[in-house]
Amino acid sequence: MNVRLYLWQRATAALMVPLVLVHIAVIFYAARNGMTAADILSRTHGSIVWASYYGLFVAAASIHAAIGVRNVLAEWSPLKDRGASQFAIVFGFLLAGLGARAVFAVVLS
Amino acid sequence: MLGDLSVSLWRGGKEGRYETYSVPQRQSQTVLDVVTFVQRHIDPTLSYRFACRVGVCGSCAMTVNGRPRWTCRTHVSKVAGSGRLEIGPLENLPVIKDLATDMEPFFEKWQKAQGVFAPSKTRHETIEQIRPDSAARRLADAAIECINCGVCYAACDTVRWNADYLGPAALTRAWTLLNDERDAGGTARLQAVAAAGGCHACHSHQSCQELCPQTLNPTAAIAGLKRRTAAAYLKGEIKA
Amino acid sequence: MIARGAMHRGSALWIAALVHRLSGLALAIFLPLHFLALGLAIDGEAKLEGFLRWTDQPLVKFAEGGLIFLLTVHLLGGLRVLVIENFDWRDGQKQLATLAAALSAIIAFFFLARVF
Repeated sequence: MNVRLYLWQRATAALMVPLVLVHIAVIFYAARNGMTAADILSRTHGSIVWASYYGLFVAAASIHAAIGVRNVLAEWSPLKDRGASQFAIVFGFLLAGLGARAVFAVVLS
Repeated sequence: MLGDLSVSLWRGGKEGRYETYSVPQRQSQTVLDVVTFVQRHIDPTLSYRFACRVGVCGSCAMTVNGRPRWTCRTHVSKVAGSGRLEIGPLENLPVIKDLATDMEPFFEKWQKAQGVFAPSKTRHETIEQIRPDSAARRLADAAIECINCGVCYAACDTVRWNADYLGPAALTRAWTLLNDERDAGGTARLQAVAAAGGCHACHSHQSCQELCPQTLNPTAAIAGLKRRTAAAYLKGEIKA
Repeated sequence: MIARGAMHRGSALWIAALVHRLSGLALAIFLPLHFLALGLAIDGEAKLEGFLRWTDQPLVKFAEGGLIFLLTVHLLGGLRVLVIENFDWRDGQKQLATLAAALSAIIAFFFLARVF
């Protein structure tokens, strides 16, 4: 369990390095040009590229955050390993679900 | 003519309090000198541990002004800035009495990490030649001089937060054995350090590396363990 | 029986590790809210537009700058861990850690400069 969690944590971290850099660039671009919702959605609507990019980002972030939260809970809260793992799993699914919904919202709706 | 030091020493067990004593300052005085003075001239009921007094045995480690150190190698002039010293037992270990801690959990974790040499030959076989400049031997030598003083264990926050965590010393010893060509501990030892509380629990705070009086680097050793266990897991040699 | 004022806990690398952990927690709390905000687009562009205009307030922009700082500092702190764990030991880590914090602050500052 430990090796597996460790590897998933580090792998999603490494994967997200370029994803985050692109995201920061996107934020800067949107901020500079004072983009409206219409501006943003017209770019993301029906875009395979944005769907893939953000879909991947959501998946990686959900896994990474869940494992991270699990570790912090196990060390800093009264929850022990099992309680922390259970909470983390629920949290991970919550992130993945809300994230998928957000991607759907900007690409398809 | 040097003045007096105001020294607070932990008295009691898990429950207790700091008591303050007045100790005359001397040239080149060490913290161990101070503790010894209190026990010999002021309060003979003080309990503390020491042996060599010259920085080779690691028995005198205590918490000095919040930091775990060897008291025989800590000059008072370096730590008692305002003429005050606070000395307590090492953290993260059960207190027996006053400044003496129970090192048993430390050594139990040593065993759990399989920090024990596993022989691979009998006396009837030829001795293998170990080149001191081989890559593996260099890694082992860089980490081998641990004398089990417990300073790293006392300094480590992960030990404090995670009761299962084997700790920097035990894991470093396991690392040296993994790099020892003569050792036959192999995948069993990798499995031991990959268990809950093993090398993956380390967050690289590096307090161990900063405070080790032997200038060892457990953070680097543990990073090595992380790489070895990951590779072994991916090759199917150990279970998650 | 906790020793007071543990000095080694003030070291640059220990602080780096703590900042990494706290920024991660903060981002983990923020993320569901971020996804909920974007999900407003399901109800149509006007809803999202309303929210975006709400974020034009200076206080919200400051908070966004703070979030960018947290994201960058968490990324750089994570890189520190990935390098320690996967590459040969290197010295000068304390300086790099301090540099990383400064870089994150600078990037957040640039963001704020763009929006104000």
